Amino acid sequence: MGAALARRTAVERLAAAATGLALLLTGCAGDGDRHRRADGTIELRFHSLAWQKESVAATKELVREWNARNPAVRVRYVQGSWDSVHDQLLTSFEGGEAPDIIHDAADDLADFAYGGRLADLRPLLSARLTADIPAASWETTTFGGDGGVYGVPFLQEPRVLIANRRLIEGSGVRIPTPERPWSWPEFRAVARELTAYMGRGRYAVAWPLREPVSVTLNLGLSAGGRLFVRDSGGKARIRFTDGDAVVPDTIHHQVNTDRTAAPDTAGTGGSDTLPGFFGGRYAMVPLGFAYRQQIAQQAPEGFAWTVLPAPAGPGGPVQGVSPQTLSIAQDTPYKKEAARFIEFLLRPPNMVRLARGDWMLPTGRAALADPALRTDRDGWAVGAALARELRAAPAPAVRGYPEWKDKVATPAYQEYYSGAIDREELAERLVEDGNLVLARYQR
Amino acid sequence: MIRTSRAARTGQYLALACYLVLLGFPFVWLLSTAVKPARELASLHPAWIPADPTLANVRQAFEEQPLLRAAGNSLLVAVCAALICVAVATPMAYVLARRRTRLTAAATGWVVVSQAFPFVLVIIPLFLVLRNLRLVDTLTGLVLVYVVWSLPFALWMLTGHVRAVPRELEEAAAVDGAGRVRTLVSVVVPLLAPGLAATALFAFITAWNEFFFALVLLKSPEHQTLPVVLTRFIGAEGVADLGPLAAAALLATLPSLLVFAVIQRRITSGVAAGAVRG
Repeated sequence: MGAALARRTAVERLAAAATGLALLLTGCAGDGDRHRRADGTIELRFHSLAWQKESVAATKELVREWNARNPAVRVRYVQGSWDSVHDQLLTSFEGGEAPDIIHDAADDLADFAYGGRLADLRPLLSARLTADIPAASWETTTFGGDGGVYGVPFLQEPRVLIANRRLIEGSGVRIPTPERPWSWPEFRAVARELTAYMGRGRYAVAWPLREPVSVTLNLGLSAGGRLFVRDSGGKARIRFTDGDAVVPDTIHHQVNTDRTAAPDTAGTGGSDTLPGFFGGRYAMVPLGFAYRQQIAQQAPEGFAWTVLPAPAGPGGPVQGVSPQTLSIAQDTPYKKEAARFIEFLLRPPNMVRLARGDWMLPTGRAALADPALRTDRDGWAVGAALARELRAAPAPAVRGYPEWKDKVATPAYQEYYSGAIDREELAERLVEDGNLVLARYQR
Repeated sequence: MIRTSRAARTGQYLALACYLVLLGFPFVWLLSTAVKPARELASLHPAWIPADPTLANVRQAFEEQPLLRAAGNSLLVAVCAALICVAVATPMAYVLARRRTRLTAAATGWVVVSQAFPFVLVIIPLFLVLRNLRLVDTLTGLVLVYVVWSLPFALWMLTGHVRAVPRELEEAAAVDGAGRVRTLVSVVVPLLAPGLAATALFAFITAWNEFFFALVLLKSPEHQTLPVVLTRFIGAEGVADLGPLAAAALLATLPSLLVFAVIQRRITSGVAAGAVRG
């Protein structure tokens, strides 16, 4: 009797613990209609990829301001990650659980736009916002034959040369400006001069080439490179011209022939080159404009650095960019409300706050004219001067681009830059293997 | 008794020391990175011991991200997944080990085959199933997924442990009048303790470290687990906020180390050693 009672007590305890646990777990369950709050107001989910501390703070502050002014349409800030945004969005779309307002990058939108996952924003956006952002930026988010716009491009970054001021000035080379950048041949000559000035074991340039495709294609625009062309039927094809060879040849020669670029940075990311840059091993590092934040934070005491424009071709310092974007999910029943929030977020003063938070450039003309972004401090003025030369990156709108980039172009460029293959083989692989990939997506 | 020569023993200790260094290096480096100021992290000649150690990275990590809440979610999910996995796998493993029929052979084969499915193949169907059950964005749904995901390997592990328990003990229990369930609970399970501990540990670590399912299935910030929150220290183009990331990663490593420390004795002790005497 006593043993039976003890056993029952133990069973009851176990059952109570299990019930408690179940309540704890199910207490975290979501509700059915996620857009309607208990008080009848609307709630929109904003999947933000703001990353820098200042940028997260600015974005959250703007969401708070919106919610204070618009109690009937509340926005819920959901933090996402650049590292995994594509997978997360893909499964959310497939499962019908996508966020209402989506922060992403233009080069990630094509498949979602063609797949009908994103709303066409043309009927939703105001004339003010449409006119404020230049046509070249809208091009980055325009997909399909009918010219649908599937994202508002709002932040962008040109690639610049971050340079060791003491070395550059001490070497006596001409200092380039946005109005008079180095040409590609001049850049090679300067690199030779600078390397000779710096001495053995040091290099004028460190190219971080873990992801070589976007840097090669985007800088290649200045030399007339396009790589992707459309035939009369509108299908994309790859064609390797002399213009497409200028940037790859420059990097290849600097690493393998001139020895003016460090040979050991081919597989590294931008951050990995910074210790060598701070240590005086490299005089210049081609990096995205936003890297200035890391440099300002990590540079040793007294280290003087400056921002120089990337080399230019006959067409000037033109380069391709893939701006950060804000989109609206096709599935959301509250597209107008979501568009109103985007309009609020991208008012010129707010765009300036977001740009400063992320150390990037705003796409909007009014925001770009703000004095805070025209200061010489931390190279803001150089970036702002380059903004008018930014164009849509050549490839992201092409279907099959991500596969071409990962399976064909990345290994081919990396092998060319390390000297493992010659230019003929590079061109052959980019074109022949690449067109096979594209053909599969354009049947 | 085999005697080991002094030279061989020295060699063994040397090999062990090398192995320990190999295992310890990432952890020590992580610790060093977590307490280095930003400027030292970007030094061309990184040092093991920071010249100017700081807790600023730890403070920043905790200020910027809800690490404690995420760790709580991870712990809850991992503990539940481990307990349920062991509770479900134990009777199944017993049947697979003791009953030799075509059905058990087929079931064992299926367990092995199911290990071959990659995440990406199952994630969208799984998402749809969970959505229909209204379990997307719930920790319950995630526990369910982790149990199912860990179960095949846990089953395979436990079946081996059950086979190692001498049948004579069960026969003796049967002679004393114990039924199947009683035999399992009172005789087999106590002898399986090391196997159960190892299986629970496997299920716990799998759930604690898992990233992809949590990323896809959990939407609300208040439900997110530690691996998902850790990725927020990584920005576009792989740029990482290294100091705070290391500090947060250190937090993520500690529970696994603690769990190992607590139950490693159980795992390493022998199964049913000396239970059957002639």
